[in-house]
Amino acid sequence: MSQKSSFDPLSIEIAKNSNKSRIFPYKLEFDAHKKTGSWWVPFLSILVALVLCAIFIVLNGMNPFTVYMKMLQGAFGSTFGISETIVKAIPLLLCGLGVAVAYKIAIWNIGAEGQFILGAIGATAVTIFLPNLPGALYIPIMIAAGIAAGAAWGLFTAVPRTHFQVNELITSLMLNYVAILLLDYLVYGPWRDPAGFNFPGTPAFTPFQLLASIGGTRLHFGLVFALLAVIILAFFLAKTRWGYELRILGANPIAAQNAGIKINKHILLVMMISGGLAGLAGAIEVSGVAGRLMYGISPGYGYTAIIVAWLAKLNPWAMIITSLFIGGLIVGGYSVQTIGLPSSFSSMLQGAILFCLISGEMLSRYRLKRVN
Amino acid sequence: MDLASLILVAAISGGTSLLFAVLGGILNEKAGVINLGTEGIMLIGAVMSAIVFVQTNNLFITFVVMLAATGALGLLHAFLCITLRANQIVSGLAVTLFGTGLSAYIGKTVAGAAIPVTIPKVKLSFLESIPILNAFANLDLFIWISIILSIVLYFYMYKTSWGLHLKAVGDNPSTSDAMGISVIGFRYFHVVIGSMLMGCAGFYLIMAYSPNWIEGMTSGRGWIAIALIIFARWNPIYALVGAYFFGGLDSLGFRMQNLDINIPSYFLKMIPYIATIVVLMFIGWKNRNRPSIEPKSLGNPYFREQRY
Repeated sequence: MSQKSSFDPLSIEIAKNSNKSRIFPYKLEFDAHKKTGSWWVPFLSILVALVLCAIFIVLNGMNPFTVYMKMLQGAFGSTFGISETIVKAIPLLLCGLGVAVAYKIAIWNIGAEGQFILGAIGATAVTIFLPNLPGALYIPIMIAAGIAAGAAWGLFTAVPRTHFQVNELITSLMLNYVAILLLDYLVYGPWRDPAGFNFPGTPAFTPFQLLASIGGTRLHFGLVFALLAVIILAFFLAKTRWGYELRILGANPIAAQNAGIKINKHILLVMMISGGLAGLAGAIEVSGVAGRLMYGISPGYGYTAIIVAWLAKLNPWAMIITSLFIGGLIVGGYSVQTIGLPSSFSSMLQGAILFCLISGEMLSRYRLKRVN
Repeated sequence: MDLASLILVAAISGGTSLLFAVLGGILNEKAGVINLGTEGIMLIGAVMSAIVFVQTNNLFITFVVMLAATGALGLLHAFLCITLRANQIVSGLAVTLFGTGLSAYIGKTVAGAAIPVTIPKVKLSFLESIPILNAFANLDLFIWISIILSIVLYFYMYKTSWGLHLKAVGDNPSTSDAMGISVIGFRYFHVVIGSMLMGCAGFYLIMAYSPNWIEGMTSGRGWIAIALIIFARWNPIYALVGAYFFGGLDSLGFRMQNLDINIPSYFLKMIPYIATIVVLMFIGWKNRNRPSIEPKSLGNPYFREQRY
């Protein structure tokens, strides 16, 4: 009975009047029409995450300000630090672009790690199986092989999804483990450098197989590839029919299908692009930074890229900034090891940032409304 | 014991941690919440067990503290997904990333050292003379707990009114709400209990399966457990079969290294991962013309004021 009476106009009038006597005349209202959070949410969530992790630092018996200043100095305080940060940001940016394309149509590719490793393997395969190419041809062929290998690994995730209804989350993650085992097999087995004193890695690349470095630092021309990828992807997403169809698919897949957009074709293409970008990152990493394929070539770039993409709200341009930020976090994480914090501290901080970000996104959709 | 029972024992001990994780995942998903944090929650469960056991040397206290820690992580996921209505997939990934990082961070003190633990065994001497069943004659306590738990959960989910309410909440929350079922309460309860079960998976892994904390020691078992939920068709009894099947594949990789077979161990270790994909593809192909049986509102937050 009491439920029914709420439809009574008189009782609504009473309820309105009773609100006047509230001590705190405001209420939280959820704005369901606002689909995304405000622009300041990423910044605030980073701040909150830093405060939360400060608690763990204090529990570890250290001063959080010293730790954070040390991280900041390590990442941005010197030419070496800045170049290291950019070196870390390049693969993060490329993998982040890759996963972001897939996330735009709710394809949850978390296999960037495996696609990155396959890209590295693909590029290295060129140096192993084609040892007598003319020098200038090496870099283009290695890059192409890396992209192709990453894209093919992406298809291993896409085809089960489109033709067998297998959730791509599980497939892409399982393939990460397979890729890591494949890498281990190659660098411990057939591709191991015979003169390498049992070091699990291939022979070092020849100068023609290395990407040129910029200004005598560890910074390399992979940066150009990464920035080009941002420009091209941003253009295609914003200005072409393909990008438009992706936006529709992301907003409402059923409406998109009714409008004649072929969802399976898009899934296959998007996973190839996603894998290709991660594969490009892998190829750049072996030829620009490591100079050979070796054990543990990726310290989890593929997973960290997920945070890069979400912090940027899947926007390619914003990813330049977020990849630099997370790259700085990783480099800063190395420098706090000297004062006794484990390097896993930075991955904990990344997880906390992601938590704060997604809760902040939702919390910023609430409005404080005056009740009158 | 003959070969068949040896394989069975290996499969059961390899599959028990998977079984706990799958049961936890089923409870989550039946309530309509995807929990991709399994891997991270298992790691937190394992590392907390290791730390507390080394400190107290008491199995019961260890178990309770582990339940509290993983329950708290589940509560965090529940708060993000149910109250804040955040994206469940991203929230689950955040739980995994955070749990992996945190477990490595706090596990430094116990890393590498063997944990001196003995799990009580249940001796059933009357089974020892029966050919296949003698595999069950000398299993540890937690294996029996997991088997009984999956039977209990089966009855809970299919034969009690609470279990049917749970199904209703996962399939159609607005109708359940109209019926007077507390959708939010049901979801919170099952996400937290499910996360505690995932914690039990980590507990079993480090206390019975390999008593030695290594960073990232679950090596993808949490994700295999998520795949097994689909394999088990959200049914705790099928989960038992699926977990032992994959547990068998897992220990197969270990055993075959000892035999003189000319396959590099790296490829043997790939077996569980590739098998997961192949099995899921087979299931998908078999059910291609049937409607999906997953809980219908899986992944959708419930918001009373939203119109459909």
